[in-house]
Amino acid sequence: MTTPDASRFDALSTEGAAIVRVESAWKRVRRNWSVRIGGAVLLVLVLVALLAPWLGTVDPTLFDAASRDLRPGKTGEIMTLEGETIQHTFLMGSDSFGRDIYSRVIFGTQVSLIVGVATAIVSLALGIVLGLLSGYLRWLDGALMRVMDGVMAIPAILIAIALVAMWKGSLLTVIVAIAVPEIPRVTRLVRSLVLTIREEPYVEAAVSLGTPTWKIMLRHILPNTVAPLVVQGTFICASGILVEAILSFLGVGLPPDIPTWGNVMAEGRAQFNEYPHNIFFPGIFLAVTVLAVNILGDGLRDTLDPKMAKRV
Amino acid sequence: MFAFLARRLASTIPVLLIVSLLVFLMLRLTPGDPAAVLAGDAASAEQITQIRTSLGLDRSIPEQYAIWFGHLLGGDLGQSYYYRMPVTSLIAQRLEPSVSLALITILIAVSVAVPLGVMAAWRFGGWLDRALMGFSVLGFSVPVFVLAYVLIWAVSLKLGWLPVQGYKRIADGVGPWLYHLVLPSITLSVIYIALIARVTRASVLETLGEDYIRTARAKGLAESRVLVRHALANAAVPIATVIGIGIALLIGGVVVTESVYAIPGLGRLTVDAVLARDFPTIQGVILFFSFVYVGINLLVDLSYVFFDPRIRY
Repeated sequence: MTTPDASRFDALSTEGAAIVRVESAWKRVRRNWSVRIGGAVLLVLVLVALLAPWLGTVDPTLFDAASRDLRPGKTGEIMTLEGETIQHTFLMGSDSFGRDIYSRVIFGTQVSLIVGVATAIVSLALGIVLGLLSGYLRWLDGALMRVMDGVMAIPAILIAIALVAMWKGSLLTVIVAIAVPEIPRVTRLVRSLVLTIREEPYVEAAVSLGTPTWKIMLRHILPNTVAPLVVQGTFICASGILVEAILSFLGVGLPPDIPTWGNVMAEGRAQFNEYPHNIFFPGIFLAVTVLAVNILGDGLRDTLDPKMAKRV
Repeated sequence: MFAFLARRLASTIPVLLIVSLLVFLMLRLTPGDPAAVLAGDAASAEQITQIRTSLGLDRSIPEQYAIWFGHLLGGDLGQSYYYRMPVTSLIAQRLEPSVSLALITILIAVSVAVPLGVMAAWRFGGWLDRALMGFSVLGFSVPVFVLAYVLIWAVSLKLGWLPVQGYKRIADGVGPWLYHLVLPSITLSVIYIALIARVTRASVLETLGEDYIRTARAKGLAESRVLVRHALANAAVPIATVIGIGIALLIGGVVVTESVYAIPGLGRLTVDAVLARDFPTIQGVILFFSFVYVGINLLVDLSYVFFDPRIRY
């Protein structure tokens, strides 16, 4: 129902300003040391995940009874899927099935990064929809926020554990189970941003020009929530990686044959006294990854969302 | 005060109702026959039919919820299909180790984190401040089970100072009880210290900029008294709040820590129940943990009166 004049007006008023803001924010982000360090470490991990098959690894599910419980750096035999036995150096040793821990850890990087990013995307997407609805449709707000209060009253790990228990572990169910407890926080964030932004003069101007509600939400309100959401998404990604590892470690996550850091550590538990490296190697990868994502998130928060940075 | 208490109590009721509804629906969202799921993998057809009628699963969902909720109000969380006993007695049995672990953890965390946070704010930008901020990012990033194994390896296996795992009841003597809980509590307290120290630092930093701090210093008060009586006392409300919110983190940590250290508490029960697909127990434990979480945050709200005399409900 907008007149041509009105749509031209709101394009002029928002897009020009948005471009200036994006440029200077991007400059600030690139100059921040936390972003640089966290980003660089993550870039290396992404490369490790993508190049996993070519980093001196074997198929992470291969095992060889002759090569059980090798110490790191030992050379032993491993049987390929074609049935030939090859010599292989077990950089991080082998587990009690004779599988190469190095290969499992390297391939585990893929799972962890996928789960982290997917968890952030799923919870952000659902949280944005619910937050926009809650902030803009007042009749829905009360009921929706009470449900969110309820979800937040249940400790996150318990929701994830229970959901995986109901659905049985697969990549998809684990991602959804980890994302669900994060949704209320995103919803609340989006809702509070919407409540602030909807009072801004440019939104009032758009409303008075007769811009439809959906267009106001998508064109005027959503772009202004991007910075805080990117920051929030980074922290969700870090906690997603962590929770996936916890679920696998407890034996309630992805099936044990899938190489994940948590699974490798779970298998190392029984023999921790003699072979502590079975737990330490994947543990180091896990801690470094989560640390890098958190440092990146801190840097993004300081540069993109100064208001939030001041709070803690 | 009593009016406030009544209002605050009343405000938790909708939350608890929704929590109970969510936990109830979680089971109903399970693909397949809930009675068969409840009965476990080894149940006979008669057992499944019996469960279906006893839980009223042949009725509509709202009716089922009403029945289940009625039982809940009467303190009946159902029967565990794996342990063959009422879930409430199961929880009661497993309560002591978890409460012990949580209390010692909170004690360690608060007595380490609060002084650290105050010192960091006092010497804002100094080495302690920067070290603390670095530690807190690290504390949030090192998973509790990785830390647990590092500590077991160093303190128990290499140095032999503390037991690798296990738990002794407090009835068997305070010494052995504490001896077995030191390492798990230290492990669990790290993330909590990171959280509390960060918030203490931020909120003390804020109060240190207030006029009454300058007044206190101007009238010649000892710096320690300025920090504790004036700065920390006025920063107490956010610190209490974060301790309450952190309980959720602590509960998650208890699940993992008990699993690593083989402590037979509620966290261990949760994991065992999930592995055994013992749904009444999973439901019961989640409800219990959530109610504890809500209850503790209610107490934290009430404690504001104690910390800040200006707050009069």
